[in-house]
Amino acid sequence: MSQPTDPAAMPGQTPDITASEEAPQEVEAKIMVASQWKLIWWKFRRHKLAMISGIIVIAIYFVAAFAEFFEVFPPDQYAARYTYAPPQTIHLIDMSDGTPRLAPYVNGYKVTIDSFSLRRTFVVDPEQKIPFRFFAKGFEYKLLGIIPWDRHLIGPVNPEDPFYLLGADALGRDLLSRMIAGGRISMSIGLLGVAISLILGILLGGLSGYYGGAVDNIIQRIIEFLRSLPTIPLWMSLAAALPITWPPLYVYFGITIILSFIGWTGLARVVRGRFLALREEDFVLAARLDGAPQIYLIMRHMVPSFLSHIIASITLAIPGMILSETALSFLGLGLRPPVVSWGVLLQDAQNIRAVSTAPWLLIPGLAVVIAVLSLNFLGDGLRDAADPYGR
Amino acid sequence: MLQYIVRRILLMIPTLFLVSVVSFIIIQLPPGDFLTSYITQLSAMGDLVDESTIQALRDRYGLGQPIYIQYLRWITNMLQGDFGHSMEWDRPVWGLLWERLPLTFVLSFATLLITWIVAFPIGVFSAVKQYSIGDYIATFIGFLGLATPDFLLALVLMWIFFAFFNQSVGGLFSPEFQDAPWSLAKVWDLAKHMVVPIIILGMSGTASLIRIMRANLLDELHKPYVVTARAKGLSEPRLILKYPVRAALNPFVSTVGWYLPALVSGSTIVAVVLNLPITGPLLLRSLMSQDMYLAGSFIFMLSTLTIIGTLLSDILLAWLDPRIRLG
Repeated sequence: MSQPTDPAAMPGQTPDITASEEAPQEVEAKIMVASQWKLIWWKFRRHKLAMISGIIVIAIYFVAAFAEFFEVFPPDQYAARYTYAPPQTIHLIDMSDGTPRLAPYVNGYKVTIDSFSLRRTFVVDPEQKIPFRFFAKGFEYKLLGIIPWDRHLIGPVNPEDPFYLLGADALGRDLLSRMIAGGRISMSIGLLGVAISLILGILLGGLSGYYGGAVDNIIQRIIEFLRSLPTIPLWMSLAAALPITWPPLYVYFGITIILSFIGWTGLARVVRGRFLALREEDFVLAARLDGAPQIYLIMRHMVPSFLSHIIASITLAIPGMILSETALSFLGLGLRPPVVSWGVLLQDAQNIRAVSTAPWLLIPGLAVVIAVLSLNFLGDGLRDAADPYGR
Repeated sequence: MLQYIVRRILLMIPTLFLVSVVSFIIIQLPPGDFLTSYITQLSAMGDLVDESTIQALRDRYGLGQPIYIQYLRWITNMLQGDFGHSMEWDRPVWGLLWERLPLTFVLSFATLLITWIVAFPIGVFSAVKQYSIGDYIATFIGFLGLATPDFLLALVLMWIFFAFFNQSVGGLFSPEFQDAPWSLAKVWDLAKHMVVPIIILGMSGTASLIRIMRANLLDELHKPYVVTARAKGLSEPRLILKYPVRAALNPFVSTVGWYLPALVSGSTIVAVVLNLPITGPLLLRSLMSQDMYLAGSFIFMLSTLTIIGTLLSDILLAWLDPRIRLG
């Protein structure tokens, strides 16, 4: 972070940054004129795992944004006949006439009733074929809330047919559709929560780092205090205080605010640390001696040099938010049905009986793990790349 | 050293005051005071509510008076051991707390110790054999441990035990020991039941401790004094354990500061899934039924004990590293 324009500080990076056929001098010249963001991108690109994770994260947010298109059925459409129907396997090639032809289908179900426990069990019936297609006509929706459409990425040719790629829950609702719908809520609560934490974190962390002294002391004590508390019990009691009569949207915002109420401390620490380090830098001193007004000094000179660190910290803070929301909803204190989030879905898997009858109810947990894991890797890569002048 | 301990204890007083304020706010959060709901509950069950009883309760908790008086009344009662009355259980809160809190902390501390014991050698190994297969495996498991919510892990383990071994995991005692007085056999039974909760609770903590130990030790391993010692012909295990590991140990011990709260926090939700007789399930129930004196006291005691635990670890750290005492 020391001298932002010194190209000599990064000799070791030249080889894999640009195409190898270029002459060394040209490479060096390219690095010298490259902007800070370009350097960050070059460094980030070398981090393969972070690149892959970044693509996964973008894909998840893409699916979340266009959730209705990816859903097969409306997430709250129930079918009592298909209670706990197991997942179906996709067959792409139909071999029944002896010659293979491309006709994607899934097998239907045969229901047998166990004479002992009187429980219905589903057996996959290889005789029955339920053809499905891509860009199938299904329920009508508004894409992004504006464009009316009725096509879906995948769907049965006859919309009345059972089509459960990830199985069904206790009410015969399609788990895949519900998981996609839940992704929108879970992923956005992470973004929104971090946005609120960031505002608090930048404000308080910035005050703390910029002024130092007594202000710093008080804010640091508050942060230490909040960090020494066991968070889940605290979140639980705050969430339990949200009135039951509130509409789902209010609860959504209420939960987000509760999560950010403690989540800001981590970001505040990062911002403070950066401010403290930058305050002593020569270029800040130079700008101050030049008579730059304070707000200009902060916005023009200090913020650009720690923006990349903030972005990395944000990425690392989102998974925590997602995990917390999942935990709260799982306990029944967070979001409540009819709102669907990954935590709400996992609530169905709360007792061992449900899980042993329908182990696929745990699949939303896999979605949580994948989302959190890729956000963590992406954040790690960003953090390493955030300071392109180091080492 | 003594000076350091005294200073730390004095610093704890404002923290404890803040904890009590937060707990009090939690008690006050639901609309209406607890007496109103108590009376509704009693009348719903067909009990006649005696006017003088209500008046006595009203006086005892200072209801109807300004909020700071209510707070003072609550805190003085608490300092005298009166934590209020649980409406749902119709028992003093203190008794309920006392049944649940010790086991919560036994579980948390056991997890803490085992996490350290497991994470320490793996972390050292990961750093010394950087980029070996073992290091990659440890790193991978570490990331997976960090990304899996512990209640999910609990569910999956429960399902695996149920589906493949036809065994149920849950609870902390076998039925025959449930109400038995404490004996060696009962302690052994408890230890056996704690294995699964400890694995679940310790997973993410072990993962991050391995990362911390690895990073710290890697920083130390490239310092000139290590090269010097190696050049002088010191045997490798002795060299690593005697100097760099000791230097890397401090940040490792100081993790208690955030790890203990995280453990107590995690045990709450894991306990709900595994049905452990510790604070978690009771706290959840009290929150669901708005039994606020019980919930508030739980928050207060959990936070207070966590803060005391952190204090103990800080003192331990100061004893390990004299530089901290001056800090």
